[in-house]
Amino acid sequence: MEVIAKRPESLTAVPFTYCPGCMHGVAHRLIAEAIDEQGLINKMTGVAPVGCAVFAYKFFNFDMAQAAHGRAPAVATGMKRARPDMHVFTYQGDGDLAAIGTAEIVHAANRGEHISVFFVNNAIYGMTGGQMAPTTLPDMKTTTSPYGRKVDDIGYPIRICELLDTLVAPYYIERVSLLSPADIVKAKRAVQKAIQYNKEERGFTFVEFVSTCPTNWGLDPAKSQVWAKENMLPFFKPGLFRDKGAEVKS
Amino acid sequence: MSKILMKGNEAVAKAAINAGCRLYFAYPITPQSELIEYMAKMMPTVNGTFLQAESEVSAINMVYGAAGCGKRVMTSSSSPGVSLKMEGISYLAGAQLPCVIINVQRGGPGLGDIQPAQGDYFQATKGGGHGDYRLIVLAPASVQEFADMASDAFDLADKYRNPVMILADGMLGQMMEPVEFKTPKTDEEIEELGRQHEDWCICPNQDGDLKHHHEINSLEIDPLVLEQHVIKLYKKYDQIEANEIRYETHNINDDNEIVVASFGTASRVVRSAVDELNAEGHSIGMVRPITVWPFPYEEIAKSIGPKVKKVYVFELNTGQMLEDVKLAVSGKVPVEFWGKVGGIVFTPAEIKEKLQACF
Repeated sequence: MEVIAKRPESLTAVPFTYCPGCMHGVAHRLIAEAIDEQGLINKMTGVAPVGCAVFAYKFFNFDMAQAAHGRAPAVATGMKRARPDMHVFTYQGDGDLAAIGTAEIVHAANRGEHISVFFVNNAIYGMTGGQMAPTTLPDMKTTTSPYGRKVDDIGYPIRICELLDTLVAPYYIERVSLLSPADIVKAKRAVQKAIQYNKEERGFTFVEFVSTCPTNWGLDPAKSQVWAKENMLPFFKPGLFRDKGAEVKS
Repeated sequence: MSKILMKGNEAVAKAAINAGCRLYFAYPITPQSELIEYMAKMMPTVNGTFLQAESEVSAINMVYGAAGCGKRVMTSSSSPGVSLKMEGISYLAGAQLPCVIINVQRGGPGLGDIQPAQGDYFQATKGGGHGDYRLIVLAPASVQEFADMASDAFDLADKYRNPVMILADGMLGQMMEPVEFKTPKTDEEIEELGRQHEDWCICPNQDGDLKHHHEINSLEIDPLVLEQHVIKLYKKYDQIEANEIRYETHNINDDNEIVVASFGTASRVVRSAVDELNAEGHSIGMVRPITVWPFPYEEIAKSIGPKVKKVYVFELNTGQMLEDVKLAVSGKVPVEFWGKVGGIVFTPAEIKEKLQACF
């Protein structure tokens, strides 16, 4: 029988632990496909966060580390410095990367660490049950902002791509979304570029995925996609912030 | 090899490099700044990695990443900075990662001061971070011993896949003494040390039957699995307690009227007082734990001769090792304590006065 679609080699057979309609599985697959395409599987390693993707170390089919909450970029720094012959990525959510791990991501980016960071932004803490995230939108209700996020009290959501784009060292920064098949194709191209640059030891590469959390948003997967398009994309605008590789060519 | 006059902070850094440490991540803090500065200067000369981290928290997590790759890696700090590392130390212990952490203790609590103290004994030996775990903790009393412990610490860390802490203090870090260094490990020997961990650490892969999926991890969500993991750790700690207790005795004999116990910098001062009193005709024995975990409970118990009236504990804190000494003595004779705090080191005359009052 002809095989027309199969699991990427860079994913294990361990079933994902994600909720129905969650986009983590899609993001994992995009990363795994890009690693396969670059022939990096035997030299690849990654760092799982604390959050819904905490078990990512079981899902990727090579050696993996699991980090303390927010510390993945520091752990990845230690790994890359210890094994410069290997290629390292982190996979982090918005609470992990943009709240408790803000120092780690800013300084790893500022050093231009030769790692790729994949950042999933769904504006909420998923694993702990739907609390307010640093990326929760103004007036958005969560279990810890039950009256809506009041910006006068707790401030505005943080735009991480824009923040990192103020630094000199990062090589590649792009925000994509996972909100339609077309968006996923675009996201795939961003992931491919990050992994390619990682292979070529160009420097720090960062891809943000605007994503959904049907379970904690209280919406079905299809409505979640619509809600995210209407509410998240105006604030977290997809786009290429930095591509030093393209600058060199032109 | 001839002796070199060096500060403790620099001597332990040099000894760590000699022992094959090629990765060092840290954040500046007094009174250990000479250590990070020595590493900044010397690591590039041996093709090693020196990285000044953005925080103590990041530094210990960089250690976690490098230790996960099976390489000899070290960090150092002083008391407030070590508190910040405690989260990472718990993860290192849980994931069974070998590494060396140096604490050049200063006065506390809080920001405290920058003078020598021993107030972190509880933190080092009883946990500090969350969860059931143990660190191997070595307590040096001279610059030579501080330096020698660097290679011992790496060997113990590798042997047991466990973090090892060297619990020094500002006096040992700042003081200069003559030091003799061991022969530096060659690049080939360092490679070989890394290879001993290849059955579990993060390393390049290959296709086919030899393909591995190593996980550097402290998470076990299933309570029955975590239970087994913690039991396994405790079996390891039992082995460490059985094999690795180190201590030094001085003038322990059946005529002892008093036995004193003291560790680190404090023990140097105490020993001067003990020697003076013994020269005056008293009989005082002394025990100095070198590993403060595992602690020499039985060895202290055995040191209490038939004529001993009292065990006296002297520390630069309010009585922390005191609790372990009481456990060791187990009510056999009274245990008394005297200490100084605030970063003030007691003098031999003060110790002598306390001991004379016992006769």
